[in-house]
Amino acid sequence: MSSSVAGAVSPTRLALRRVRRDRSARAGVALVVGLIVVAAAAPLLVKLAGQDAYTYHIDLLDPARGNAPKGAIGGVSGDHWFGVEPLTGRDLFSIVVLGLRTSLFIAVVVTLITTVVGTLVGISAAYFGGWYDAVVSRLVDFLFGFPQLVFMIALGIIVPGGFPRWLLLILVLSVFGWAGLARLIRNQARSLVAREFVEAARSVGSSGWHVVTRELLPNLLGPVLVVATMAVPGYIGAEAALSFLGVGVPPPTPSLGRSISDSIAWVYTGADPWFLVFPGAALFLAVLGFTLLGDSVRDAFDVRLRRAN
Amino acid sequence: MPDELLHLENIKKYFGLRGGVPWRQAQAVKAVDDVSFVVRKGETVGLVGESGSGKSTLARVATRLLDPTAGRVEIGGVDVTKVSGRKLRPVRRKVQMVFQDPQASLNPRQSVGTILTTPFRAQGIRPTKIQLVELLEQVGLSAEHLDRYPHEFSGGQRQRIGIARALSVQPELLVCDEPVSALDVSIQAQVLNLLADLRDELGLSYVLVAHDLAVVRQVASRIAVMYLGTIVEEGPAAEVYDHPAHPYTRALLSAVPVPEPGAVRDRIVLTGDVPTPISPPSGCPFRTRCYKAEDICSTKRLVLEAVAGSNEHKAACYLPEI
Ligand SMILES: Nc1ncnc2c1ncn2[C@@H]1O[C@H](COP(=O)(O)OP(=O)(O)OP(=O)(O)O)[C@@H](O)[C@H]1O
Ligand SMILES: [Mg+2]
Repeated sequence: MSSSVAGAVSPTRLALRRVRRDRSARAGVALVVGLIVVAAAAPLLVKLAGQDAYTYHIDLLDPARGNAPKGAIGGVSGDHWFGVEPLTGRDLFSIVVLGLRTSLFIAVVVTLITTVVGTLVGISAAYFGGWYDAVVSRLVDFLFGFPQLVFMIALGIIVPGGFPRWLLLILVLSVFGWAGLARLIRNQARSLVAREFVEAARSVGSSGWHVVTRELLPNLLGPVLVVATMAVPGYIGAEAALSFLGVGVPPPTPSLGRSISDSIAWVYTGADPWFLVFPGAALFLAVLGFTLLGDSVRDAFDVRLRRAN
Repeated sequence: MPDELLHLENIKKYFGLRGGVPWRQAQAVKAVDDVSFVVRKGETVGLVGESGSGKSTLARVATRLLDPTAGRVEIGGVDVTKVSGRKLRPVRRKVQMVFQDPQASLNPRQSVGTILTTPFRAQGIRPTKIQLVELLEQVGLSAEHLDRYPHEFSGGQRQRIGIARALSVQPELLVCDEPVSALDVSIQAQVLNLLADLRDELGLSYVLVAHDLAVVRQVASRIAVMYLGTIVEEGPAAEVYDHPAHPYTRALLSAVPVPEPGAVRDRIVLTGDVPTPISPPSGCPFRTRCYKAEDICSTKRLVLEAVAGSNEHKAACYLPEI
């Protein structure tokens, strides 16, 4: 037995070891860590660049071309590393890194909330069953059938302006977000609950909390990790989409989604396609990093996500 | 009686075919249908029956893993039928279960140390390493196994770990649900011997579930035979073996190889399938496959009655063999 020579290693640790050895996982981790560092240090980087995201630089725009930036590559220069925004002349580097910070923060917080809630609700529904399971399942069905986007747009209009938008985004995305994971985890946990080790734990008097967190959760870590890593790019996209639709974080707070939304017209007319490239690349890299990581976690844990029925 | 460890009275356990809604439960699987069963201190009771006869269900009701549909469960003289949650803890400790499938009964993500710690934790105790090692040594394993994971063990070793876990809460009665049926024949005897040794060392009592009489033959002091959710015969092991009263018991026994050479037992081959537990036959549940069945057998459900010349040996049959 090679495993006994190497010392006893838990199956979970073996899986994590496989993740560490996987090349695309390493690329994913590098990307994710890099972007998180950039996002976390964004205010510092902006200061380093000697810029901010709010000052207009009208002098850098070309009124003859509809106030597109002067110069090549969207006005890239030693002062403005990614050029400037058309129409306002604000520093695009600042907008992109601060926007990335906003997007990542919202996506990661929503992922944390929905993962914890979805996992606990899913496992406990499978374990306790009965009316609790019935209520949870109906609630999940309801949230799935609900026209989320319309609701969010409506909410964005109704909620008073004094309420911080980023918090509203986090709340709304979380309220709808946990349902998918809860359903998936519930279905996976159902087959585990019938296993005899769960009965063994019950027969020695273990509490429901113990069974859910110590007996069942470790066996579901694979699917939970996969869904969580895959969820982050989803929420980055969702935040971008909502900002694109004008119900995300309000201007002038930078947001990748709103920048991309604003850029479309400039790409369309061909006046300043670079306005899309920089925020678009940041969004793309963030999504790519988490997707690569999620993929290899799935392989390492050998998770076959059954289609939720 | 004070020395009764386990007392099951008129236990019924019906499973609804479609869970949840009451109006659909008309079609229920009658897994256990009116069974009374007692285990006294120091006894090893063999619970025998074909697949689907309700042995595991009865074992799970006895260990309070399942709530009975009707009937009473007493553990150590205390009625625990309605007790649940925290209050059940100190009582259910006394009756522990060893499971059929040693693979499924150990959490694959937990080391042996963690698995053995769980029962202590449930009682709010933090076990010392010495305690855990003692448990392992009791079942023939050693300290080096503490940090290993279930997939690193053989079936027999896993079953030993399952036994160690059951012993950790110092039970008085072990309900072993086909503890060796998933193991290689060569290992079965070792595990059965271990159970016998533990009984002598720790003064344990057992319910030993098996689907054939050969397994329980050496160890059981009393035997109960189950068929289609009911007990059709029970009594002291020697009497049931030597003078089976119920035709079903005879049929089961005839399939057991005879130990002494030369002796031959007439082989009774059962014909037909076991009827569905959703609608068992009227009267005697075994009558559809019985070689002696007569009209009277379909009339009324029988209760266990003392066989002639004995008061411990009981059978539920209109036409007993003796
Ligand atoms: N959770 C359940 N839901 C519905 N039916 C069940 C359930 N558990 C058991 N049954 C049914 O109850 C009957 C008795 O099952 P049980 O597992 O107690 O039999 P058994 O004697 O242990 O059989 P085996 O030797 O195969 O283990 C079977 O018909 C079975 O299909
Ligand atoms: Mg069984």
